Amino acid sequence: MKSLILRVATRYLAALLLIFSLYLLLRGHNEPGGGFIGGLVGATAFVLHAIACGTAEARAALRVQPQTIAVTGLAVALVAGLVPAFSGDAFLTGEWLFLFAEDGGKGIPLSTPLMFDTGVYLVVLGAILTLVLAMEEEI
Amino acid sequence: MSWILVTPLLVPFATAIAAFLLRHRPAGAWISVAGSAAALAASIVLLTAVLQQGVVAGQMGGWPAPFGITLVADRLSAVMVVITAITGLAVALYATAEVTERMRYLGFHALFQVLLAGVTGAFLTGDIFNLYVWFEVMLISSFGLLILGGRPAQIDGGIKYVTINLISTIFFLSATGLLYGMTGSLNMADLSQLIPRVENQGLITVVAMMFMVAFGIKAAVFPLFFWLPASYHTPAFSVSAVFAGLLTKVGVYALIRVFTLIFDHDTGYTHTVLLWVACLTMVTGVLGAAAQMDFRKILSFHIISQIGYMILGLALLTPLALAGAVFYLVHHIIVKANLFLVAGVAERLTGSTALGRIGGLYTHAPLLALLFLIPAFSLAGFPPLSGFWAKYVLVKASLDIEHWIAAAVALAVGLLTIFSMTKIWGEAFWPPHPDGVEPKLSRLTRAERWRLLTPIAALATMTVIIGLFPQPFITFAEGAAAQLLDKTAYVDAVLGAQE
Repeated sequence: MKSLILRVATRYLAALLLIFSLYLLLRGHNEPGGGFIGGLVGATAFVLHAIACGTAEARAALRVQPQTIAVTGLAVALVAGLVPAFSGDAFLTGEWLFLFAEDGGKGIPLSTPLMFDTGVYLVVLGAILTLVLAMEEEI
Repeated sequence: MSWILVTPLLVPFATAIAAFLLRHRPAGAWISVAGSAAALAASIVLLTAVLQQGVVAGQMGGWPAPFGITLVADRLSAVMVVITAITGLAVALYATAEVTERMRYLGFHALFQVLLAGVTGAFLTGDIFNLYVWFEVMLISSFGLLILGGRPAQIDGGIKYVTINLISTIFFLSATGLLYGMTGSLNMADLSQLIPRVENQGLITVVAMMFMVAFGIKAAVFPLFFWLPASYHTPAFSVSAVFAGLLTKVGVYALIRVFTLIFDHDTGYTHTVLLWVACLTMVTGVLGAAAQMDFRKILSFHIISQIGYMILGLALLTPLALAGAVFYLVHHIIVKANLFLVAGVAERLTGSTALGRIGGLYTHAPLLALLFLIPAFSLAGFPPLSGFWAKYVLVKASLDIEHWIAAAVALAVGLLTIFSMTKIWGEAFWPPHPDGVEPKLSRLTRAERWRLLTPIAALATMTVIIGLFPQPFITFAEGAAAQLLDKTAYVDAVLGAQE
C-alpha cells in the first residue's frame, strides 16, 4: 500500500509495538500478559511494516527467516522444560536463579518460566509471520 | 514417574527442531525416521509401565492436580500413543521416498513431527483445556502439511478443512468455558467428581452436546463429516495416510474419554444420540464410498463409515462394546494408514488415482496386489484378519443387549464395504491399464521400492498378526474398557498423585 501517512506512522508504531510486546512478555509472570500475547503484538509490528512498505522490507527488517525464529523458540521452550531434569524435578518445573542477590534482596531473578515464555514469544512471532508474509506474497 | 509420560511428547518436538535444521539435506528425512523410532521406544516404555502399574499420572511443573498440568496414561491412552508412534515411523520411512526436495525444504518433516507431538499430547493430557491446546497444535501443523506443495486443489481442501475445524474449535472453547463456569475446574478427573454435584443437570447435558458437536466434527461423524472427503484426497500420500490413520481417531478418542469419564450422568439421552449418530455415520459413509470413482476418495468415505463402528462401541457402553471400540481404533489406524500408503504406490506406478484411468496392477505388480488385499479385506471384516475380530466383538456386544438394529447395520455396512473394496480391485488391479502402461514395481528404483514397500508390508504383517492371535489384544482391550468404566483408578491416579 502506497501511503505516506501509513509509512511514517508505521515507523513510530512498530517501535512502540515491539517495546510493548516485550513489556507484555516480562509482565506475564504474575500479571495478565505473557509470551503468547507478547508474540502476537510483536508480530503485529512486522505485519504493519509489511503492509506499509512491502514484504521484502519486512523480511529485511526481520533479518532471519520467520520459520527459523519459530523453531528457535520451540528449542528455547523445550530446553526450559528440560532444565528441571537436572535437579530431579518434573518437566516444566520452575527453577530460579537470583543474580547478585544480597541479604534480604532478590537481586535479578531469572527463571525457567521466563525462558519458557520467551520461547513461546518466539514461536508465536515466527509462526504468525511465516503465515502472514507467505499469504501477503501470494496475493 | 512423570518423565516416562513426557518423553513420548518431547521426542517428536526435538525431532522437529533437528529436522528443520537439516531441511537442506536428505538427512533431514532420516532424522524424522530416527526420531519416530525413538518415540516408538518411549511409548512402549510407557505402555509397559501402564500394564504393570495401572493408570500412570504425573504433574508437569510440580503444581498439584487439579491446578497444574496433568498428564495421564491409562491403557487406552497408552495404546493410542504406541499406535501413533507406529504409524509415525511407518509414514516417516515412506516419506523419505515420497517427499520432494522442495517439500522437505519447506519444512515437511518438522511439521510432520509437530503433528505427531500434537496427537500424542491429545492422548496423554488429563486436562480439558490442554486437550484444546493439543487440538490447535494438530490443526496448525496439519494445515501446513495439507497445503504444502501449493496446488490449487490443496488450497481448496485446506480452506474447507480449517474453516470447519475452526467451527469445532469455537464449540469446544465455549463448552469448556461453560463447564469451567459451572464447576470451577478443567481437570478431567476433578470434573468427573464435580459434575454430579452441579445443581442444574440440564445445563450439563447441553454442554455435553456441545462437546459432542465439537469432537464430532473432528471425528467426522454424521452429519458433520463433509470436510473430510473434501480435503483428504488432495495432499501428498504420506500426509493423507497419517491424517486418515490418526486425526479423526483423536476425535473418537476425545469422545470416548469425555463420554465415559465426565458426561455419564444422563446416558439415556447422550448415548442414545450417539447410537443413532453411529448408525447413520456407518451407513452414509459406506454409501458415499459406493458413489466415488477415485482411489483416495473411496478410502476417505470409508474412514467415515468405520468411525461409526467405534462410536457404536461407545454408545452401547457395555464392557464388551467399549473393548470392541478400543480394539477397533487400533485395528483401524493400522489398516487405514496402510491403504493410503498402497494408494500412493499405485499412483506412482499407474499415474493416477482415478479408477477409470488405471489398471493392470494385479498382472504386473502382484506383490502390491497382495499388500492391498490384506488391509482391504481386513477393513471389510474378512476372517482371519484384524477387522473380522473388531466387527465380531461389536456385533456380539450389540446382540448381547438385544440391540438388533445396531447389529444389523454393522453387518450390512461390512457387506457394502466389500463392495467398495472389490470396486477398487476390479478397476485398479484386475483389468489391464487403459493406456497400455505396464505398472511393474521395477519402474521404481531399488531404494524407492524398499522405502515405500517396507512400511506397507510391516503394517500388513501387523494386521495379519492381530487377526491370527487376537486373544491378547482383546484381553488388553477388555482391560482398557474396564478402566474406562470404573473411573476410580483414573481419578485416584490423578488426584492422588500430588507429590
